[in-house]
Amino acid sequence: MKAVKILAVLLFSCLILAAPALAKDTIKIGAILAVTGPASFLGAPEAKTLEMLVEDINKKGGIKGMKVELIIKDSGASPEKALSFAKQLIEEDKVLAIIGPSTSGETMKIKSVAEEAKAILISCAAAEVIVNPVAKYVFKTPQMDKHAVIRIFEQMKVMKLAKAGVLSSNTGFGKAGKEQIEKLAAEHGVQVVASEAYDSKATDLTAEVTKVKAAGAEAIINWSIEPAQAIVIKNARQLGFKGPIFQSHGFGNIKYVEAAGEAAEGVIFPAGRLLIADVLPKNHPQKALLTKYKKDYESKFKEEASTFGGHAYDAMLILTKAIEKAGKADKEAVRNAIEGLTGLVGTAGTFNFSAQDHNGLDINAFEMLTVKKGKFELLATPAKKEGASKKK
Amino acid sequence: MNIELLSQYLVAGITYGTIYAIVAIGFNIIYNATGIINFAQGEFVMLGGMIAVSLHTFMPLPAAIVAAVLAAMIIGALIEIIFIRWLVSPSVLRMIIITIGISIFVREAALHVWGEAVRALPYFTGSEVTVISFGNVHISPQVLWVTGIAAIIVALLTFFFNYTLLGRQMRACSSNRDAARLCGINAKNMVTLSFVLSAGIGALAGCVVSPITYVQYDSGTGLAIKGFTVAILGGLGNSTAAIGAGLILGILESLCVMVLPTAFKDVVSISVLLLILFVRPSGIFGSVEASRLKEF
Repeated sequence: MKAVKILAVLLFSCLILAAPALAKDTIKIGAILAVTGPASFLGAPEAKTLEMLVEDINKKGGIKGMKVELIIKDSGASPEKALSFAKQLIEEDKVLAIIGPSTSGETMKIKSVAEEAKAILISCAAAEVIVNPVAKYVFKTPQMDKHAVIRIFEQMKVMKLAKAGVLSSNTGFGKAGKEQIEKLAAEHGVQVVASEAYDSKATDLTAEVTKVKAAGAEAIINWSIEPAQAIVIKNARQLGFKGPIFQSHGFGNIKYVEAAGEAAEGVIFPAGRLLIADVLPKNHPQKALLTKYKKDYESKFKEEASTFGGHAYDAMLILTKAIEKAGKADKEAVRNAIEGLTGLVGTAGTFNFSAQDHNGLDINAFEMLTVKKGKFELLATPAKKEGASKKK
Repeated sequence: MNIELLSQYLVAGITYGTIYAIVAIGFNIIYNATGIINFAQGEFVMLGGMIAVSLHTFMPLPAAIVAAVLAAMIIGALIEIIFIRWLVSPSVLRMIIITIGISIFVREAALHVWGEAVRALPYFTGSEVTVISFGNVHISPQVLWVTGIAAIIVALLTFFFNYTLLGRQMRACSSNRDAARLCGINAKNMVTLSFVLSAGIGALAGCVVSPITYVQYDSGTGLAIKGFTVAILGGLGNSTAAIGAGLILGILESLCVMVLPTAFKDVVSISVLLLILFVRPSGIFGSVEASRLKEF
């Protein structure tokens, strides 16, 4: 009789112990991405990249033996939808971390929600305000707006241009970029002669370009992610604007170049190295990772890889490394592990996280690119070659 | 402010205005035949552009445009036959809800067929960087195509509605459907025809403007709002007035950029829409008596 009792107790305790062990076999990761809508250029490649990575991870047996369950929510770039998805993922799905959202506006909407719920958020959006001021649980993978702006100003200095006409879309990304440009212009010797924000759904920007041109701009800087950035360059060239046109790192998608056709020739913009992976020197730390990602993505989805998919790649990579380092899928432990990650090579650059820096990238993560014959190319500026841009 | 700069703003305004006007004309045709506003009009514009871009990969540009317009006409007919024809006594509100539903349906369908990528037809003459210059005023040749085709559409429509039997039958249906039926006009066919016609014109507009504005699965909505504003502004049902109203709104928007930050551009069109609905719902060119006879 006693033996039966002991056996029963043993069995029962086994069950109790087994239950959490079973639950721990999967790691739930949520993603809020603008798969459709005006920012689908960002969200669609991000979602595809994540699906590809998670499939790959699970095929190899998961992270530390734990399978990854990915829950993707399509926000359509709407901050309101992102907010309700964030609550849903945190409260109902009880995810370990959220990757995304794709746009800065959405990220800012859910930053405080993630912070209050102590949920790890790794944003794929660019705006500086996401990680400055630092929030304990919020990280981001794209390079800083600030660094993109500085790279453009440095390039303007090389080209001896002092007057810039600024155009930006009235989205989170556009506003953040505009702010940085206006803040940093004076100290880099650039005068902003006109600054115009346009509707992100704008279909013709002739009037805006006319205004900027009339203000005496020597160069146009456009800050947006929407199709409008292809329209801007077309309208500028049609209005006879001969000066250089700079775009933000949001231009890193060959579809925009195709859309703008001949007008895109000579556009200059800062971007991560994914777009020029093929021409990177063999010993560059990012070379192997970039060419592998590019090849995997392009053979699987039959479309060109973009830097935006790369931002999601980096988010998943950071999460994977942090979970491996923490050894368990525990929010606090993983969060602490992310802050300790250094020298992690991703698609956007080499990440060095710390308690003060939740982006982990420096100005060298950017390379200046240009468009030649409908293709992205490294901008060759003799004066810059020996500078900081090549050093890693 | 010099005269060249002013002219450049005017050109920009004319470009916007004509694009809005062509969309407004599509609204007007269906309104003329049925007395309803088809909120899916913008989707016809999108479909025209999208289909033409897809077809252009394996046929010459003119053929692709003709085929796209025909395809949109068939889709327009199908939409009317499936969703509208069987309704016994459609109220205005019911029709609005149905057409909004159709618009969402078409948009989602387009997303599944074409994905979220932005597309455009090539420029009809020249390329993205070709310009015609008058001194310091520059115009893209495509703008001339857009305005030219808009003018031809209006001329043909005016002729059709005033001098052909079919056009007059359509007008008769819109002023009094019962009386028209008593005269032996098949009112149901007239409604179908109006959808076919406005789908065709919308699709043609989509093809002509796509090099300038690009086309994406959801680009119809924005155009529809501006087109609707212009249709109301000109006076519903009047296509010539739509061109006038389109130019007024376009030039107003573009001149507003001159003095205000551009973010206010859309405020202008929405304010104009609200103002006109409050003050003169029959539109600036419409007659008050005529509009009182209509349902809307």
